[in-house]
Amino acid sequence: MTDQELKIKANEVRKGIIEGVYNAKSGHPGGSLSAADVLTYLYFEEMNIDPKNPDKADRDRFVLSKGHNAPALYAVLANRGYFPVEDLKTLRHTGSYLQGHPCKNETPGVDASSGSLGQGISVAVGMALAGKMDNATYRVYTLLGDGEIEEGQVWEASMFAGTRHLDNLCVIVDNNGLQIDGPIEDVDSPYPIADKFRAFNFHTIEVADGNDFSQLRDAFAEARDTKGAPTAIIMKTLKGKGVSYMEGQVGWHGKAPNEEQYKQAMDELEKAGEALCQK
Amino acid sequence: MSEIKKIATRQSYGEELVELGKEHDDLLVLDADLAEATKTAIFRKAFPERHIDCGIQEADMMGIAAGLASCGKVPFCSTFAMFAAGRAYEQVRNSIGYPHLNVKIGATHAGISVGEDGATHQCLEDIALMRVIPGMVVINPADDVEARAAVRAAYEYEGPVYLRFGRLAVPVINDRPDYKFEIGKGYVVKEGSDVTIFATGLEVDAANTAAELLAKDGISAEIVNIHTIKPIDKDLIIKEAEKTGKVVTVEEHSVIGGFGSAVCEVLSENSPLPVKRIGVYDRFGESGPAVELLHKYKLDGEGIAEQVKAYLQ
Repeated sequence: MTDQELKIKANEVRKGIIEGVYNAKSGHPGGSLSAADVLTYLYFEEMNIDPKNPDKADRDRFVLSKGHNAPALYAVLANRGYFPVEDLKTLRHTGSYLQGHPCKNETPGVDASSGSLGQGISVAVGMALAGKMDNATYRVYTLLGDGEIEEGQVWEASMFAGTRHLDNLCVIVDNNGLQIDGPIEDVDSPYPIADKFRAFNFHTIEVADGNDFSQLRDAFAEARDTKGAPTAIIMKTLKGKGVSYMEGQVGWHGKAPNEEQYKQAMDELEKAGEALCQK
Repeated sequence: MSEIKKIATRQSYGEELVELGKEHDDLLVLDADLAEATKTAIFRKAFPERHIDCGIQEADMMGIAAGLASCGKVPFCSTFAMFAAGRAYEQVRNSIGYPHLNVKIGATHAGISVGEDGATHQCLEDIALMRVIPGMVVINPADDVEARAAVRAAYEYEGPVYLRFGRLAVPVINDRPDYKFEIGKGYVVKEGSDVTIFATGLEVDAANTAAELLAKDGISAEIVNIHTIKPIDKDLIIKEAEKTGKVVTVEEHSVIGGFGSAVCEVLSENSPLPVKRIGVYDRFGESGPAVELLHKYKLDGEGIAEQVKAYLQ
């Protein structure tokens, strides 16, 4: 896909995020929107996957370690054809297969249950290790929040991945700079992030704008070409990206828009989509 | 009478893993820097390429096992019960239990029979912690024969299993040709008519000794081995409890939330009968030789007999 086509897809994903969170009357739009582009890139461009055969053995794996961004994962999976986009409206509803946090056994295309922060990366490491043991060709991707990396388990998993030279593992940090209680550097600073992963024997790639597809394209190509060490992509993003009143606002970490805010968000995304299609 | 053979169930665990490893290429063993103590070093020696030492990081080990299992492997995670069920509790619940992954947890050094290491390493809460996780099978084998059978059954079962093993060498009591192990099926060890003693793990042998002592006082104790605490053998528990109408449970674990509680749950819902729970009474353990501690905590044959007698009076 071209960057322009990816932008159009990502805009649809953002609509799906707002649709899901609005209908759920709860959820996490801020980080979902900051991660919308990288998830779109992974599922539409980077990963070897087949929505018609979600469990195929040689598929690339993805673990949403920052599981609270399930609205973004579901929106990407729906737009990629794993299940109907219409179902995004059932997010968090009783009986829905779209649980508040990813549930492997409920949702097609979800490779791991996650949501308790710091745990997903270990599961991804286990998948990468299995791939190495089997001489399999698949790669494993996992997306972490920048607040999430305050969890000690992240560094347990990183130490092990570095020790084992798991070059089929790509850890992505969504560095939007905000966690629930405020800016990450004020709450419990994980900076310098890239230095930390380097210290754990990772190859690191710093992406200045993780909402820019050309930069993501270069980063993932470099990660794929990296041998002998796992890669960590630390990408600066904008929390709430794409919805004007949510951008850079910590208050939109875990809050659903009301009807008026919903309409404004969808209106903005409609216009953004139209503008992209006219280019 | 010839000397009774004694083997620690952790030893049985390590040795049976080697046997299973010969038969199944998908079986992996994970450790957290305790392979010598958990006895999985035997497996490491036999199958170095299928032994993964995660280092001192139990939480990560559980997650890695989840990832391996989701790619078709059958990982056995080995560490002390304290760290498997305690430190890594939430990883076991969320990364393994919730997706119902095919991970086996081989928890050694359970209970006060850890001995000299003391309270920090004597897990008295693991049965309670593990049995409350939906879909988790919890097995507490009594001896070498049962431990080996349990390891094999755990491999053959599809889903998460918690296996509880001890550090202390305990008498081999099931070495007979007709011994059969089935997950969820207890069995009567010794018939009796005055009191039914449900025991689990190394307390089965202690309960047998207690029964001999009680017999001298004219008390006929029935001994029932409940090796699987979840799913628990409801039918057998109800039947054997009703037989004498006097029920005692024995476990090397806190009496809160563990095996005794599980038996009480079965009886109170199906056949309400008074139950005396013998175990560790809401306290931490301490340092000392294992046999001395079992005596001090009245969890050896003598201590059980004394507590049963007091209860029956």
